[in-house]
Amino acid sequence: MTTVAEIIRDFLFAVGALFCVLAAVGMIRMPDLYLRMHSSTKAGTLGVGCVLAGVAVEFGSAVAFIEAGLVIGFLFLTAPIASHLIARAAYFERIPLWRSTRSEALDQTFTSGETGPPADQEPPSTARS
Amino acid sequence: MTTFVWNILLAFIWALTVGPFTPANVMVGFLLGYAALAIAWRDTDRVSYGRKVGQVLRFSLYVLWELLKANIVVARHTLAPLSTMRPAIVAVPLEPMNDIELTVLMNFITLTPGTLSLNVSADRRTLFIHFMHIDDEAASIRDVKNGFERRVMELLR
Repeated sequence: MTTVAEIIRDFLFAVGALFCVLAAVGMIRMPDLYLRMHSSTKAGTLGVGCVLAGVAVEFGSAVAFIEAGLVIGFLFLTAPIASHLIARAAYFERIPLWRSTRSEALDQTFTSGETGPPADQEPPSTARS
Repeated sequence: MTTFVWNILLAFIWALTVGPFTPANVMVGFLLGYAALAIAWRDTDRVSYGRKVGQVLRFSLYVLWELLKANIVVARHTLAPLSTMRPAIVAVPLEPMNDIELTVLMNFITLTPGTLSLNVSADRRTLFIHFMHIDDEAASIRDVKNGFERRVMELLR
């Protein structure tokens, strides 16, 4: 006996799993760090979001929906910060770009003399007692 | 923001007063508290709270819709031959904004697959974004400025 809730749940699980698989395929296929990061954010957003929504539908209680919403909310708040920091570090380290990438804007930054994070954002000295 | 705290407080008081402390009761309390605050502060400068709640809801729906669209685009590029992909690093001019607005904007740009915020220039007027694929640089810059930037500034001002 399949109910509407079960169909919705299975659909959400299938879509979530599909996006996670696509993210994994992207991690292998993409030619440089930045493009791979586009793939990995995908698993963290729609993939995990759909699976969590499916879990909430499976349990069906208001508490499950609120908890799933909170998990998705925190994920959406924190995941981009980590992604941005990795990308920013790669950018200042000048990790090589894929050959077809258009990067005139990048050249413009580095020729303007801005070659690192501003001085006030340097990590604090490690020589602490 | 203070109004929002009041609203939460009223929701909890309602849920504790009427009986079982359940999420459903908290939500009813939130709606009742919202109505009460709307009536109590209808002639003061706090009336913008009602508009803000609507804006937050609209913004959330917009973000979900953009996420869905962007995910489908990135999925297509993941499976298509690599030679059809044209990644680019683009400098997007920014409106002057404060720390919170900038954080929210860069968060949403990175959250959306297909765009990755790399760095903000020292004068905070240029945002460098890595796009997975662009057909037309000017159109991509316009999308960021008219989409996320405009909506983030609407939401937080």
